[in-house]
Amino acid sequence: MAEIDIDAIAGPAWGGGVAPFATNTKKLGMWLFLLSDSLTFSSAILAYAYVRLASTNWPRPFEFYPAVVNATFLTLILLSSSLTMVLAVAAAHRGEVRKAVMFIVFTAVGGAAFVALHLMEWFRLFAEGVTPWSNKFSVAGKPADPLFGGTFFGLTGLHMLHVSIGIIYLTIIAIGFGRRKFNADHVEVSGLYWHFVDLVWMFIFPMVYLMSVNLGTRGF
Amino acid sequence: MASHEIAPTGLHEVGSKRLFMWVWFWLLILTGIETLLAYLRLEPHTMLVLLVGLSLIKSALIVAYFMHLRFEKIGLFLIIVPTLVFCLAMILIFVFPDSVRIVNMHTIRLH
Repeated sequence: MAEIDIDAIAGPAWGGGVAPFATNTKKLGMWLFLLSDSLTFSSAILAYAYVRLASTNWPRPFEFYPAVVNATFLTLILLSSSLTMVLAVAAAHRGEVRKAVMFIVFTAVGGAAFVALHLMEWFRLFAEGVTPWSNKFSVAGKPADPLFGGTFFGLTGLHMLHVSIGIIYLTIIAIGFGRRKFNADHVEVSGLYWHFVDLVWMFIFPMVYLMSVNLGTRGF
Repeated sequence: MASHEIAPTGLHEVGSKRLFMWVWFWLLILTGIETLLAYLRLEPHTMLVLLVGLSLIKSALIVAYFMHLRFEKIGLFLIIVPTLVFCLAMILIFVFPDSVRIVNMHTIRLH
């Protein structure tokens, strides 16, 4: 019987040098990180929905103006910063360093504006007596569920932390790319992170703000 | 760290400026519709279904075009999206119904 050369058969498949996802390790690593982080945010959003559904006296504290209008403006800022980020990635791949750095800086500035406006929203709520532990709202004459503050500040705070980390990350990438220390792949990977932060807000904005608009006398 | 030459890579020259502007434009439109729904103050169940639907469309646009997943190999999509959907389905199936049970217990106690 003829001898079978196992190495000759297995070699091409197991010998390395194959990129099954046709991407670099940085990008694959970022995608896997984002997968795990999306589970973190999903759990936080579902926990928010869980306690809200399980509560009989959940408050609806947000008036259309200023709270929802402000949150819509925050959404527009994040979406616009995602646009500048994707333009930065395209410019980086074309080798246009100055343009790419300019777009990354625009993105980081958009992120900083988001954090600043969101903090103003937080301070407005603090002034109304809403803290992570308590609130002064009432539902049908009874004190509202104190878990509102805990879940609201927990969820939006976790997102704001990600935005803040993103600003630092983008600043480092802008400096490094401008000095030719980083290449276009680094810019693209940082872009993935930034778009993810934008994507998460696409769920927080409707779930937390739009579903909590004060319905006045309709009392749903 | 070694210094890199910044040369046009052409590896991921996917999508045009026009395409990204269109995606951004549609994301703004969808956001406007969401805000309009809040202004109209629809029934919570109707609103929840519409808002979740719109959010899923927006997130699909961001992942597909801004994050370039549409232009990657199908293998990358297959290790990311089905995994996430499976995990979320597990949470929704095994944990979420309990929240309704708790609110029913509240109601029973009140009566």
